[in-house]
Amino acid sequence: MTSLQAYLLLSALLFAVGLAGALTRRNAIIVLIGIELMLNAANLNFIAFWRYSPNPETSTGLVFVLFSLGVAAAEAAVGLGLIIAVYRHYRTTSVDQVDTLKG
Amino acid sequence: MTASFVLLSLLIISSAIVAMTLRNLVHCALALSLTFAGLAGVYLELNAQFIGFAQILIYIGAVAILVVFAILLTRGSESPTQQVFSTSWVWGVAVALAVFGVIASVIFSSRLISGQALQATQPSVRQIGDALMTRFVLPLQVLGLLLTAALIGGVIIALKDKPDAEITEAAQTTSQGFSRPETK
Repeated sequence: MTSLQAYLLLSALLFAVGLAGALTRRNAIIVLIGIELMLNAANLNFIAFWRYSPNPETSTGLVFVLFSLGVAAAEAAVGLGLIIAVYRHYRTTSVDQVDTLKG
Repeated sequence: MTASFVLLSLLIISSAIVAMTLRNLVHCALALSLTFAGLAGVYLELNAQFIGFAQILIYIGAVAILVVFAILLTRGSESPTQQVFSTSWVWGVAVALAVFGVIASVIFSSRLISGQALQATQPSVRQIGDALMTRFVLPLQVLGLLLTAALIGGVIIALKDKPDAEITEAAQTTSQGFSRPETK
């Protein structure tokens, strides 16, 4: 097993853990945490591929991860704002109880 | 594989699983910041120093603290009385395992991933700044616009409704037909 494969496997495992948490937990905040974990797994992939690329001096992967960090920060701010607004309206953060649109 | 990589990956995966399974949400947030710290260590090992420190600053310093604020504002720190996992949790875990299996099989069967020798390059902050200011200057500006819009939007979404009499009266008269039924 080469080292790049090890990094990719770690990233895939982290993605799977985040996905399992986002799919199974009831609390909306934990669902958001799972999404953050998945974003971090993607960032790790970018860094690993950049490090093992034929020409890492272009630093494209690094800049991509920087942009990804910015987008993740924006996502966290808006997502937590939405969760607080939902909590104020329904008095709960459980995604199972916010089911007004359910038929 | 070095020993530091094994230790860091053990830390990352175990703290991520802990963050996804604990009942107390504040403990989940603490385990999450541990995951982020481990990832920053992996970035340092991959010679991406700037990204590693940016990870610590942004994720541990901002995102984890924001998550803690949201938990405390929504009274999530009280231990939940009901079940924390959804009723169809078996399917969620099965989907996650299937995704991991597909990705792992692709990683092991790919011929593009070869064990090439590492070039010990280490881009300086000056190089990253040069790239950001010349080649990636337009995406940088767009990202700044996105962050501004997202932060203003987040504040507006989470803003408390003003107890203004006229506004509440108008809202009550217009939204009576759409009000949520109290009992099901």
